[in-house]
Amino acid sequence: MGQPEAGTTRRGGQWWRPWMRTKVYIGGSIVVIFAIVGAFGPFVAPYDPNHQSLESMLWAPQWFWGPHFLGTDNLGRDILSRIIFGARVSLLIAFAVVFISGLVGVILGATSGYFGGNIDFTIQKFVEVVWAFPPLLLALSIMAFLGQGLGNLILALVAQRWIQYCRVTRGQSLSLKAREFVISAKSLGASHTQIIARHIIPNLIQVSLVIGTFAMASSIISEASLSFLGLGVPPEIPTWGTMLADGRIYISTAWWLALFPGLSIFVTVLGINLLGDALRDVLDPRLKRAGTYI
Amino acid sequence: MGTYLLRRLIGTIPVMVLISLLVFLLIQAAPGDPTLMLLGEDSTQEDIDRARERWGLDQPVYVQYVKFFMSAVKGDFGRSFKYDEPVLDVIVARIPATLELATASVIIAVIFAIPLGVWAAAKPNSWVDNTGTTFGLFGISMPSFWFGIMLILLFAGILNILPSAGRDTYGISGEPITGFYILDSALQGNWAGVRDGAEHVFLPALALGSNMLGILMRVTRSSVLEVMHEEYVTTARAKGLVERKVLWRHVVSNALIPVITVVGLELGTLLSGSIIVETVFSWPGSGSLLVTALNARDHPLVTGLVLVYTAAFVAINFLIDVLYAIIDPRIRY
Repeated sequence: MGQPEAGTTRRGGQWWRPWMRTKVYIGGSIVVIFAIVGAFGPFVAPYDPNHQSLESMLWAPQWFWGPHFLGTDNLGRDILSRIIFGARVSLLIAFAVVFISGLVGVILGATSGYFGGNIDFTIQKFVEVVWAFPPLLLALSIMAFLGQGLGNLILALVAQRWIQYCRVTRGQSLSLKAREFVISAKSLGASHTQIIARHIIPNLIQVSLVIGTFAMASSIISEASLSFLGLGVPPEIPTWGTMLADGRIYISTAWWLALFPGLSIFVTVLGINLLGDALRDVLDPRLKRAGTYI
Repeated sequence: MGTYLLRRLIGTIPVMVLISLLVFLLIQAAPGDPTLMLLGEDSTQEDIDRARERWGLDQPVYVQYVKFFMSAVKGDFGRSFKYDEPVLDVIVARIPATLELATASVIIAVIFAIPLGVWAAAKPNSWVDNTGTTFGLFGISMPSFWFGIMLILLFAGILNILPSAGRDTYGISGEPITGFYILDSALQGNWAGVRDGAEHVFLPALALGSNMLGILMRVTRSSVLEVMHEEYVTTARAKGLVERKVLWRHVVSNALIPVITVVGLELGTLLSGSIIVETVFSWPGSGSLLVTALNARDHPLVTGLVLVYTAAFVAINFLIDVLYAIIDPRIRY
């Protein structure tokens, strides 16, 4: 692959380009802010996210001039508090999904590439089948047939997301297994498990980190999509997707119901993508092309 | 190339078989006894046994799977609970609407993405490039259903210039010929119908295509940048060709190969995106049908739709490989 731009030849070269720094600063601050808000949700949120009040139904955003900064919904619940608690739920689910997918994908990818032969063939056939489902459709079917619930939701989102890790790490471990340090470990009598755990997987962490960042962004959108369709977490838990689904009904009279949760999804995903872009350029420029559709 | 394509075609068969197995296992894993669900809680054991025998549910799982697979191959997915019609008929009636929307989305994405991507690449790191790349990233990060709701709010709610739901204004389109309303109206010379159809499809197509637009723009940009460094481009410049001609004749035509692949890959994402976008815009396609079927717990219809969608996805990927082998003569398998 030719060099796409001037300055990408050296790893550090691009880091200091102003646009690059902007990406890191903007993306990083967005992610940090949402992570803090999510982590300290109960202390930051002005109200109980499920507190209903018939007197304060569908209040428009009051900004700094009233008790409800971003207004209230059709049941009089405070939108800002629900968005803060929604951040908690959405980020936690996305993080769990990325972590589990990464674990499954990297282990299967490393095993597949390291052993080759029948093991490789079986794993890759399975990858091919799962990958043949249009994105989201497998998750939708899992939720439809297995029913709602946090566990099923995470399973549904992991179902296809591990593939990306598996494909990339398989390729990498194919080349890693021919390297001197693996051969010398083998000649010193290390077992296959030891080699995979100590010598192959540590070398796959960098690339997995890049994939994980993009997987985090896509998990947030997938979770919101499922919740939007009423197939996510149970309705009493506030998430950005369910808020958006509720808000859609009131779009002609109360725009703030749909605007703010959607904006939260958009800004968070944008922040993660910006950070992922920068991370990829620094850690693994080879992923540049592939990364656009991770 | 013929052998390669044949091998590739045969390769899709085991994949489809395994997909049907996976879907079948999911149905099996569904909680609740389907017999009880259909007969009601107060049915007697005798009724249940008779029903299980009639539907073949008393047979071993693998026999049930073989039956399921054989009828699926014949296009028989059973009867829809909700519509009380054969599942395949219900699905087929909805496909033209989805295809019309998908086509409009791809057209919008390609028309904007390719010129923007080429423009950004022609001046790397300029303000054009940075703005374009930022907007590309916006397109990728925007959840299409939220973008759709915001488009409704702006164009239908505030400005009131475009319709917010449906495929046509009642009574304006003529007799259906192909099922594609805009094409049908054009064939019958009904220009008011064409306009009406285009107005209805514009917002959902924009919402659905925004993601593809962002991705295509970025891929076009990086592909053009890559081709720019090829030797034949330097040669073209060296022989004194005007920069504009170098760009369009030598760079863009070669840079479009990966772009076409990405269009194909993204068609799958577009298919699943249509499930949500159709729901937002009450677009009467197969995507909103799936959501209706899910909410109605119409399992035969859900199963049929999942299998049809997946078969379409596998077919698209196969066609992309065919197209790829045709346009890039360097590829020999």
